[in-house]
Amino acid sequence: MTLELSLHATERDVEVALEVADGETLALLGPNGSGKSTALGVVAGTLVPERARVVLGGRVLTDVGSGARGTRVAPHARRTALLGQDALLFPHLSALDNVAFGPRSTGARRASARRTAQRWLDEVGVGELAERRPAQLSGGQAQRVAVARALAAEPDLLLLDEPMAALDVAVLPELRRTLRRVLAERTTIVVTHDPLDALMLADRVVVLERGRVVEQGVSQEVLSRPRSAFAARLAGLDLVVGTWRDGAVVDADGRAVHGRVVGEPPAEGAAAVATFRPGAVAVYREAVAGSPRNAFDVVVTEIEPTADLIRVHAGALHADVTVQAAAELGLEPGLRVVLVVKATEVAVYAR
Amino acid sequence: MGVPRWVWVPAALGAAFVLLPLVAIVARVDWGDFGSLITSESSRAAFALSLKTSAASTLACVVLGVPMAVVLARHEFPGLGVLRSLVLLPLVLPPVVGGLALLYTFGRRGLLGSELDALGVQVAFSTLAVVMAQTFVALPFLVVSLEGALRTAGERYEVVAASLGARPTTVLRRITLPLVLPGLASGAVLAFARSLGEFGATITFAGSLQGRTRTLPLEIYLQRETDPDAAVALALVLVVVAVLVIGFARTGRGAL
Repeated sequence: MTLELSLHATERDVEVALEVADGETLALLGPNGSGKSTALGVVAGTLVPERARVVLGGRVLTDVGSGARGTRVAPHARRTALLGQDALLFPHLSALDNVAFGPRSTGARRASARRTAQRWLDEVGVGELAERRPAQLSGGQAQRVAVARALAAEPDLLLLDEPMAALDVAVLPELRRTLRRVLAERTTIVVTHDPLDALMLADRVVVLERGRVVEQGVSQEVLSRPRSAFAARLAGLDLVVGTWRDGAVVDADGRAVHGRVVGEPPAEGAAAVATFRPGAVAVYREAVAGSPRNAFDVVVTEIEPTADLIRVHAGALHADVTVQAAAELGLEPGLRVVLVVKATEVAVYAR
Repeated sequence: MGVPRWVWVPAALGAAFVLLPLVAIVARVDWGDFGSLITSESSRAAFALSLKTSAASTLACVVLGVPMAVVLARHEFPGLGVLRSLVLLPLVLPPVVGGLALLYTFGRRGLLGSELDALGVQVAFSTLAVVMAQTFVALPFLVVSLEGALRTAGERYEVVAASLGARPTTVLRRITLPLVLPGLASGAVLAFARSLGEFGATITFAGSLQGRTRTLPLEIYLQRETDPDAAVALALVLVVVAVLVIGFARTGRGAL
């Protein structure tokens, strides 16, 4: 079922329009407060903003603020199942009855609802836990039951709100595989912070920042060639945004970044971005001989230890250096340094 | 972290203040005649009437109070706060005033008196009036207790249930109420206890007719004049019932 969503929530300052094709999984990315939950709430019908139009498979679910009398289909009649980061299994029902709840609520007889439920529990790999109470399940098991419960309701659209954010990392890979399998061919919106979720589960991503869509495209494309600050951070890349002048990306401070042009070269004066890995950035105390093409005079703003390296923050730029190098350079916040990155390590493309 | 040592003194005084009168009652009981005192005809009639009317008013509290609590806990509308305060007024209102109010509503010359008369219904000074008086004073106990449980449980499960296709009635029946069942049970127990002890509203609105409107508290009050030993014996019965009720409510909450 195709979903069309457009909404304008004045108070929250969210103005978003997006589409999800039939059978497509769309990842909704963005920092906290960027409007992801608002978008999800409007689709689910728990939130009615000033202006919104939601059409699912040709059925108008919400149509408010466009002048006419307006349409607001009640949440239970929308066929949009919701799955959040907490499994929220009904604590007084067994796993099986939790999953059978959807079919029962839409008129199935007890026996057939329970058969359906058992099939979905098997499908997500927790069939043997059918008789357990939610309190007797681990977080990962509970979330699997919740997935089965959402699917058993046979929704036209599945809404996943950070479905793996609250789980132990040890159970993530397998749950992600299960989700990938059951979400195939299913129209789904998944809100996530995890680039791996976006890559593995979603066909396409939409990035929201401050209530607006700032970037969208095929998952792999967006994460390897990010154009927004948030997507770049997810992808673990440094991002310089500017305009294309004389074969380089020139940012607001007049800094020119040279690199390999990816795809169509941007037009002169058009918006363009440069991205590179923090690991490709070298840090020096003073100007380097040989005048490399990408050298930036910056002030260190923060030093942050990562797994086995030191990440040096300098405004929006980052460099990863070894602990030894950091010690030899005497890095500390406030220090003026030169960041150097080879042009071959930089990708430049139109924004 | 410990409390200041001096706090123990007023705390112990308070506990003694509550417990000592109970001890006094027990000490005053005429154990030799206890059996015959509490099984006299008027005692048995009062006890049976009390149990019957309290059970009926508890049922009425559940039927009326559950929807009230759901509305108060799950909706926001202008004037809700004022409405809640008014509905809970009987908690702080002197029961005698409640009885008077009921009398001027349902009594013969009351607000609805002539309408009820036309229907051939006489409410005041009947067993029905006892139940109504008890319901009037006990209803807020159930509503407060259940509304608190509903707010604590939150709406998250209900949102999920609705997204799975459950109609509001199905959500209420299969999710909301089962989740707050302990709160509902302790609210009902409180309402039953309050009904059992009801005196002021009952005597004002229902009078004191043996077997029809004279409940146990009324019987105790009357016996106090003529047969103090019987009054004390019946009082002890009410104390025992109250202790049982508290024990029941506590285990109910423990199961939460």
